[in-house]
Amino acid sequence: MTDVNEVRLPGVGVRYEFVTSRGARVAVIHHRSGLRELVVYDETDPDTSREILRLDADDGRTLVDLLGGSHVAQELTKLQQSVEGLAIDWLPVPAGTPYSERTIGDTQARTRTGTSIVAVLRGDEAIPAPGPELQLHVDDTLVVVGTPRGIEELVVILRTG
Amino acid sequence: MKDWALLVELGGVVLLLAIASRLAARYGFSPIPLFLLAGLAFGEGGVIPLVTAEGFIEAGAQIGLVLLLFSLGLEYSAHELVGSLRTNAVSGVVDGVLNFTPGFLAGLVLGWGATASLFLGGVTYISSSGVVARLLDELGWMGNREAPTVLSILVIEDLVMAVYLPVVTILLVGGTAGSLAGSIALSFLVVGGILAVAARYGPAISRAVFSHSDEALLLAILGLLLLTAGLTERLNVSAAVGAFLAGIVFSGAAADRAQALLRPLRDLFAAVFFVFFGFQIDPGSIPSAAPAALLLALVGVGTKLATGWWSARRAGVGPRARWRAGTALVARGEFSIVIAGLAVAAGLEPELGPLAATYVLILAVAGPILARVADCRRAAPRPAS
Repeated sequence: MTDVNEVRLPGVGVRYEFVTSRGARVAVIHHRSGLRELVVYDETDPDTSREILRLDADDGRTLVDLLGGSHVAQELTKLQQSVEGLAIDWLPVPAGTPYSERTIGDTQARTRTGTSIVAVLRGDEAIPAPGPELQLHVDDTLVVVGTPRGIEELVVILRTG
Repeated sequence: MKDWALLVELGGVVLLLAIASRLAARYGFSPIPLFLLAGLAFGEGGVIPLVTAEGFIEAGAQIGLVLLLFSLGLEYSAHELVGSLRTNAVSGVVDGVLNFTPGFLAGLVLGWGATASLFLGGVTYISSSGVVARLLDELGWMGNREAPTVLSILVIEDLVMAVYLPVVTILLVGGTAGSLAGSIALSFLVVGGILAVAARYGPAISRAVFSHSDEALLLAILGLLLLTAGLTERLNVSAAVGAFLAGIVFSGAAADRAQALLRPLRDLFAAVFFVFFGFQIDPGSIPSAAPAALLLALVGVGTKLATGWWSARRAGVGPRARWRAGTALVARGEFSIVIAGLAVAAGLEPELGPLAATYVLILAVAGPILARVADCRRAAPRPAS
């Protein structure tokens, strides 16, 4: 993970700054009121920032979801902690699977194993709550929820059909 | 029947303040100068002198002062105060020397006593944390490199007030050198004691007071606050300091909720406080105070620019950001009025009130204007909020 520099703003909140891999300097200001500001620094003047967005707590979560989906993972962890016997796993769609270019519905995962596919991670993209019509590709990662046994069965199904 | 007259007068005053506040928001400056002007208009010798509402406004002003300082204290945790002192103490000293001296010397030149001059020094010293914080936010300067420096200077100034206010309050009462020293020692003990309690038991007290019922929380906090303010006033520490320290004691969830719950009350009573200050001043005395105030204001702009420039350079930021830091600090406001208000209430020096009012009128308006001028990246499109 990138180095994040933390700057305290007394009476206001905290500012987190980092440099992107392409060299842009970015900061997120956490106001104590819950407001979030996303700012980008001037390329020629590193002291001067330009405000890009003002977000409230909800907007901030939406943006995080769209950017990376770590929120999905957080929610799942919470869910797992609250329901005993529930397992969550990240399953790769293996090369040579019979379900490549076929839909989630075709796997009949829920009917056959009781396991739900709650999200599909594709490259940098996250597709939360996918419908049965969503096509699977090799190297997708499926976020699945079910019993440990059901998930094991689904692993076999994904590999051999 | 006087009852209807009281309501009508109060209603008229509040409505006028509403218009003033709206105007101020529209043109992006602080409403404080307009509130002061309203007070001038309502006072003796003003355009529309009030008759029946005076008593209420006087009591309201006291509550306003307490709420104003309490919410200021709520903004900071004891942790932040210590952190700011550690990193920016030198800037704090420079700020104090550069900005206190002009007022103090001006007082002496005007032939005032040492105590009155100390008050005028306080008036010229302290920036308006309210105006400055809002300015940084509105201009989108919170992301800038100089922002932590500016905010730290504000924090230190506010902390200095916790020492300054008790001292001048005691000097106001007067006495022999020995009894003064004794009272001052006692007041430091009180201030130190409250700060120690804040550092150690702040979170526990906050948890004890916290309630999920808004009503219970509001009443509990307001009760504790007024009690603390009253008792510290009794110990000659000044209610203002007591309220500020009480604000520091609260932190976490209780502080956040208290902040939100008290905001409407604070807005109302703080406005009353400013009106009351203007109220006590005879508008006829303004013209004679204006030349001195203008001169002091010019010096005050220069010394704050120098303070900001120097402190920002110390923090290693570039020239443009140094100017921004300077202009951000220029605005004087609520605290200058708080300081002058203490002296006016005690009848210390008749010229102090008009001079301080004119000084704040000028700088509360000039500060934000200067900052906008320094903000030359206006050309960049502003994002929608």
